[in-house]
Amino acid sequence: MYEGIVQDLIDELGRLPGVGPKSAQRIAFHLLAADPADVKRLADVLVEVKQKVRFCQTCGNVAEDDQCRICRDPGRDPTVLCVVEESKDVVAVERTREFRGRYHVLGGAISPIEGIGPDDLRIRELMQRLADGTVTEAILATDPNLEGEATATYLTRLLKPMGLRITRLASGLPVGGDLEYADEVTLGRAFEGRRAVDD
Amino acid sequence: MGLYRDEGVVLRTQKLGEADRIVSLLTRRHGRIRAVAKGVRRTSSRFGSRLEPFMHVDAQLAEGRSLDVVAQVETVTPYGQPVCANYGLYTAGTVMLETTERLVAEEHEPALQQFLLLVGGLRALSQQEHAPGLTLDSFLLRSLAIAGYAPSFSDCAHCGAEGPHRAFSPAAGGLLCADCRVPGTARPAPETIELLAALLAGDWEVADASEPRIRRETCGLVSAYVRWHLERDLRSLVYVDRTPEPNGTVRG
Repeated sequence: MYEGIVQDLIDELGRLPGVGPKSAQRIAFHLLAADPADVKRLADVLVEVKQKVRFCQTCGNVAEDDQCRICRDPGRDPTVLCVVEESKDVVAVERTREFRGRYHVLGGAISPIEGIGPDDLRIRELMQRLADGTVTEAILATDPNLEGEATATYLTRLLKPMGLRITRLASGLPVGGDLEYADEVTLGRAFEGRRAVDD
Repeated sequence: MGLYRDEGVVLRTQKLGEADRIVSLLTRRHGRIRAVAKGVRRTSSRFGSRLEPFMHVDAQLAEGRSLDVVAQVETVTPYGQPVCANYGLYTAGTVMLETTERLVAEEHEPALQQFLLLVGGLRALSQQEHAPGLTLDSFLLRSLAIAGYAPSFSDCAHCGAEGPHRAFSPAAGGLLCADCRVPGTARPAPETIELLAALLAGDWEVADASEPRIRRETCGLVSAYVRWHLERDLRSLVYVDRTPEPNGTVRG
């Protein structure tokens, strides 16, 4: 135990995800030894990020205004909507430079064992967005794990009666890997989603 | 660090650090264990897909100080795929996993009967041998029976008087006779009591022939019984999806 404010700092740092007591102590002493200007800059950014950043009223992505940069961009295709779990998934898809549509961030995946049901996600907002008929294709880009698949299954059941084209991101072999090392679930998916090459 | 090999069903996963997961497994010989699976959240992971909930796997583990470490995994049966392709099956299956985790509280204590029941339950669920609601209710009643909370659906749970009786009390452990009956006990339909007994005994001929109205009442009583004996609510129980399938069939 350290005295007063040093221990307070260690305790606060220890509450961050992935930071244990030892790491918290190391970061705290790094900050104590650092240049005061660097520490002030970090503190200012922390305060500013909480003041300025909010969630986009349209898609739920992180934004500095009522709407995020992507929702404000008139060059984006409003007929294609990519449904993702988290804001960081938007960044991952944007990195591909393949997608020019818009996004909808659910805020997680359905996980009953963690007490997260459909009502805890931004599914109602998604339905409201789709109600005006502008969107013709919904791409379900939830994580390719069990919760993500179950969320996609739930959304498919909900969206099907709306007459949209509903697609799911392909699952399969990673680029640059060897076939023999693929696990049977991934390889099975790759076979399921195979495509003709002579089209 | 000793290595051991066992087959098990993945009950729950939890994110750890950058790309790892803590996996909770119910194994055949070692009971419930928690182990770290390193790097499984990366898309390049060779066994990440095998360590999803519902997966029945054959795993090699290294003993650790607090948590064991998953060294190798082979799939025995991938129950996860058929289960998550149907939302009703997914929600019912999740209750099975959570109930198992709750009932097998002690780690490294063998729970073979519960393991066999879980594997059988997941097989029945994934192959849709019966309505998912019936499979789930039967699993819950039998799990509680294995744990020592077997309900009585014939004789009086309090004095042992021979049935049939009509009053049902979760707190008393099943049906009560007219003398032992306390105020506030439920009085389910005789067909509901018959279905409850069939689900506990595994009499699927009777269970499959039951009407939706009886299944709904049965489900409510099973939920009340589970809640009472587990003392805390199962988080996943409120999310069980019993809405009709899009093709018009009604799940129990």
